[in-house]
Amino acid sequence: MSSTLTKPGPGPEAAAGTSAAAHKITATFRIRRYDPEVSDKAVWQDFTIEIDPKERVLDALHQIKWDVDGTLTFRRSCAHGICGSDAMRINGRNRLACKTLIKDLSPEKPITVEPIKGMTVLKDLIVDMEPFFQAYRDVMPFLITTGNEPTRERRQSAADRERFDDTTKCILCAACTSSCPVFWNDGQYFGPAAIVNAHRFIFDSRDEGGEQRLEILNDKDGVWRCRTTFNCTDACPRGIEVTKAIQEVKKALITRRF
Amino acid sequence: MQIHKYDTVIVGAGGAGMRAAIEATKRSRTAVLTKLYPTRSHTGAAQGGMAAALANVEEDNWEWHTFDTVKGGDYLVDQDAAEILAKEAIDSVLDLEKMGLPFNRTPDGTIDQRRFGGHTRNHGEAAVRRSCYAADRTGHMILQTLYQNCVKEGVEFFNEFYVLDLLLTGAPGGRRRSAGVVAYELATGELHIFRAKAVIFASGGNGKFYKVTSNAHTLTGDGQAAAWRRGLPLEDMEFFQFHPTGIWKMGILLTEGARGEGGILRNKDGERFMEKYAPTIKDLAPRDMVSRSIYTEIREGRGCGPDADHVYLDLTHLPPEQLDAKLPDITEFARTYLGIEPYTDPIPIQPTAHYAMGGIPTTVRGEVLADNTEVVEGLYAAGEVACVSVHGANRLGTNSLLDINVFGRRAGIAAAEYASATPDFAELPETPGTFVTETLTRLRDSEGGERVADIRRELQETMDKNAMVFRTEQTLKEALEDIGALRRRYRNVSVQDKGRRFNTDLLEAFELGNLLELAEVLVVSALARKESRGGHYREDYPNRDDVNFMRHTMAYREVDADGNESIRLDYKPVTQTRYQPMERKY
Repeated sequence: MSSTLTKPGPGPEAAAGTSAAAHKITATFRIRRYDPEVSDKAVWQDFTIEIDPKERVLDALHQIKWDVDGTLTFRRSCAHGICGSDAMRINGRNRLACKTLIKDLSPEKPITVEPIKGMTVLKDLIVDMEPFFQAYRDVMPFLITTGNEPTRERRQSAADRERFDDTTKCILCAACTSSCPVFWNDGQYFGPAAIVNAHRFIFDSRDEGGEQRLEILNDKDGVWRCRTTFNCTDACPRGIEVTKAIQEVKKALITRRF
Repeated sequence: MQIHKYDTVIVGAGGAGMRAAIEATKRSRTAVLTKLYPTRSHTGAAQGGMAAALANVEEDNWEWHTFDTVKGGDYLVDQDAAEILAKEAIDSVLDLEKMGLPFNRTPDGTIDQRRFGGHTRNHGEAAVRRSCYAADRTGHMILQTLYQNCVKEGVEFFNEFYVLDLLLTGAPGGRRRSAGVVAYELATGELHIFRAKAVIFASGGNGKFYKVTSNAHTLTGDGQAAAWRRGLPLEDMEFFQFHPTGIWKMGILLTEGARGEGGILRNKDGERFMEKYAPTIKDLAPRDMVSRSIYTEIREGRGCGPDADHVYLDLTHLPPEQLDAKLPDITEFARTYLGIEPYTDPIPIQPTAHYAMGGIPTTVRGEVLADNTEVVEGLYAAGEVACVSVHGANRLGTNSLLDINVFGRRAGIAAAEYASATPDFAELPETPGTFVTETLTRLRDSEGGERVADIRRELQETMDKNAMVFRTEQTLKEALEDIGALRRRYRNVSVQDKGRRFNTDLLEAFELGNLLELAEVLVVSALARKESRGGHYREDYPNRDDVNFMRHTMAYREVDADGNESIRLDYKPVTQTRYQPMERKY
């Protein structure tokens, strides 16, 4: 495709396959259902629908909820991967339903959708997020400074700003923490997301609370529990190098340099 | 039903709500109620930046910013409020930096700034670098930073508590005072009454009555509708902003910062068509003008694609390193959702319903107005739910992240000070939960058979077709008729989920009721405004008419003795200080 756009042509939409004549396929969604008002057992339920494979899994869940079964329950808001509401386990892997296209999931086979693991399921795909946010709050995820505030902004070089850029992307969706085998076995572990958010401040040149945060993460349920399985990095919908961030925090604990 | 008592209750935990909470918590016992979790709020979707005349990279001052805001809003802006916005912008940005916000930096280590639509040097000479930004995720950083500081300050949140009603003393037309709110706890289905001396609405926008929109599924005008049902006015609801660059068909926002970085809009012939419509600032003209220009190109047959129904945002001439550093998220959206590589291919875009300029009228202290002059005691609003009015007929890009910080802060301070100075709580109505209980019971028990999704889809279709960028008396009448029919069908709406836990089926039905009422207000207000101004363009009245319409619309819900509803329109003068209306050229 020419970038000068001087000739009329099929245009990039042809490559994108989003032309008006989008074809639909038949896809089956095998969804883990649980409603304690109905039964104390979770069950799998299949929904077979006609859908354009370029659509998101979230679109499929909406189609099911809106046109087939209104009791299907899940969280969602922005629908484009920025609010962090709809992390779920899709075909055995943690992803955001709104950032996963059906065509990328081998839709000729049933697509499984279940709640993220290691957290208490409250209804269908909704889990209890409170322990997750508590771990986040426990690492003091805010800028800590001493002395008088400057009148203008604090100066920070572009390189110092870049140092923690990766971990500022976190949307607290819990895809990483709920993909971690250590967390599955021990819910007391802070988990990758809390460590990522500690990293975001430990490596911010403006911050003076690094030592306190490192002490918190030196705890028996802190960074040393990490077994570097890289599940978290694979799961992150924002592309954060989560395992690397955890390793950097471990290193900072040993060298006390950050 | 549980009853809680707080000095200050804030409804909504986006940018405005949390900025207010940081102030209110320091001054009064405060609770923040949100139907989501705070970090899920749609402030996080804002991309391009927050305007402030820091003058870090070139000469700038707040007076130029004020002028741009007034002109950008097609002179419907209240100029005293715009001046506050532009003046306080500077401290607002610096406050966020001190709270930890990781802005992009200049080589000197100060906050970097870039160009944005409608922001100019010396009253329109050329585009100016005024937008303070953090890559193309400025809203995300603001939302995270404010939440982090709420954690630091120990702000008390009630997450997944959905406010469905506002409790007021007095009757419409008389003296009124806020008594609290009624909230529905999603996890349990239980109702909670929150008594409060001061209530702040910061519950965001109402764009979900359009189909192609950048708005989240949850932006259903809950605050506007709650105020409306209690007889409070809504101001300037006909002014809705269509952001020029939404992903074609999906509506996902692609920041104006892309054009600030040098991106160009092109039609099917590859022509940079904005040169025709805004010769001075071209692609960085205000959003209403760019959206109209795009649709003009499409209507005149110069649209792209097999159906000629969109145009291109071309970033291919920008170095990949610049895209990676400055626009990483939006380029990823193009790859994820369209399978397009923005390094080499232009991105198909179309205007997307983006922002409500109108809302609950407030003073510059965030106090909610009961009419043109009287405030409702103890009731405040800030952010997109409110209309101060700093955006007038068309908001400039980067002025909304600014608005939530400046007026969120102001509302937080004013509400908490009022609460501290007020010894008693207002009397609760005798049966405060009646409206909510009756409405939810009716929706839950109904066997009418009309589906929420069908009615919502038809509402969105008629709004896109008839009340979008171009409007005429005929299209608006058609929309009004459609909405009336949909409202009648809505009486027979039923839900399938009859349970109490996380009944999102039931709440979507409630939200649809809000959208239907607010869509009707928009259309009725738009029908009466027989002129074109900012985001409201009437093809049958293509010129601005300052003689008859240099005034804010104030819509009121009225109910007669037989229970019949109607909408009454009144008007409020625009506050003009320095700037006389001029022709709006760029």
